[in-house]
Amino acid sequence: MSKKRKKRIKVLITKVGLDGHDRGAKVIASLLKEAGMEVIYLGMYQTPEGIVKTAMDEDVDVIGVSYLSGEHLVFTPKIVEEMRKNNLDDVLLIAGGTFPVEDIPTMEEMGIDRVFRAGTLSGEIMEYINKNVRES
Amino acid sequence: MTVSKNSGNLVEHLLAGDRRAAARLITMVENETDDHHEIMRRIYPNTGHAMILGVTGAAGVGKSSLTDHVIGKLREQGKTVGVVLVDPSSPFTGGAFLGDRIRLQRHARDEGVFIRSMASRGYLGGLSRATYDVIRIIEAMGRDVIIVETLGAGQDEIDVIHIAQTCLLVVTPGMGDDIQAMKAGLMEVAHIVVLNKADLEGTDTCLRHLQATMDVARFDEGAWVPRIVATVSVASKREHIQGLDELMAAIAEHQEYLHKNEAIDRVKFQRIEQELGLIFKDALQKLVLKGLKGTGKKKKYIQKIMEGKSDPYSVVEEVMKTYILSREERQT
Repeated sequence: MSKKRKKRIKVLITKVGLDGHDRGAKVIASLLKEAGMEVIYLGMYQTPEGIVKTAMDEDVDVIGVSYLSGEHLVFTPKIVEEMRKNNLDDVLLIAGGTFPVEDIPTMEEMGIDRVFRAGTLSGEIMEYINKNVRES
Repeated sequence: MTVSKNSGNLVEHLLAGDRRAAARLITMVENETDDHHEIMRRIYPNTGHAMILGVTGAAGVGKSSLTDHVIGKLREQGKTVGVVLVDPSSPFTGGAFLGDRIRLQRHARDEGVFIRSMASRGYLGGLSRATYDVIRIIEAMGRDVIIVETLGAGQDEIDVIHIAQTCLLVVTPGMGDDIQAMKAGLMEVAHIVVLNKADLEGTDTCLRHLQATMDVARFDEGAWVPRIVATVSVASKREHIQGLDELMAAIAEHQEYLHKNEAIDRVKFQRIEQELGLIFKDALQKLVLKGLKGTGKKKKYIQKIMEGKSDPYSVVEEVMKTYILSREERQT
């Protein structure tokens, strides 16, 4: 097998369900673009199946979900289950937004690799992705 | 199913129609991995059968929302579809915001639709360098129709014409008068001019300008005269969406024209010619850059030019002699 060179990190940024607040997702997508990543922006009203199918066709390295409507504990297991069903075990799943701080351990137990709350400095997110993204 | 990262296996899966394999191979080709050429060598013989539709036009005219409708219509006809969406990379950071897919998400769960977004990665001409290979990969998957949507093109990003059999140019009212429409470039590549947002003020005037442009242009006997179709691709009510059946009819008509006149062979010839030219140019450039790399010569050449002791043309001639002619001589 030959050596593979990774030139660009590809990230899917999305919202899920009926959550209609997309400013945060847009800000993050913009920051990732400025950090030199290729960002596929899906916007609002997506389904777990649609998100994971898109991630597969686009061969993204990272899926980023933005939560602002209290649906984080409902949709997280569904997205994780879809990813598991489709063997996306080398794709990072990160989440951000506004939710009770007590829920973060639960979200991480459910299968989110890293949760970022509102107020996180962008450098922290970039560093996390760069360090943990898959090799090829 | 787990797809092996071994590219040989991936190609086999691709030829069996596996979308995971397609997704992976596209990334490898985009990133120009070491086995890129080997991958394409194996895929190439399995391509060349799909109908290829180009969609181009300025940013914001409705290319993606039209593409969404065209996909829907093609699916109604029972055709499988592949879509390549190109958006620009930042010239500063290399990052990209790929936002076309958001308009096509209703097809995300349809097995008969494969959509891939691509960043232009500095390639000019409205596509990305890898687009040519990516279309071949999607063809090898066995898709009936492939739609190639360019980034928001201005006046001269016309490379899609080298790939697409039928090329749609999307315009909207208020983009300029007939003088704009008469200029060389984008207007000339269109087989079908789609006047989208035809519910806006100025539609009638714009239609007249477009028609007038066609009237003064000269077409050879029997040549295809571009059709003009007015559409509304986004509306708050479904019944206000307009012109899609006319658009599909115009596409079918152009395809029929191509096949009846054996013009399709000319189109296929042009596509290969373009691919060959690009691969050749890449190989030459790599050869020269590899030769220069680490020698410090590039800096010296530039300094010599700055000091007036040389000029760019003499430098290039010297470099070509060193890295290309000398190899040829060595071999003889």
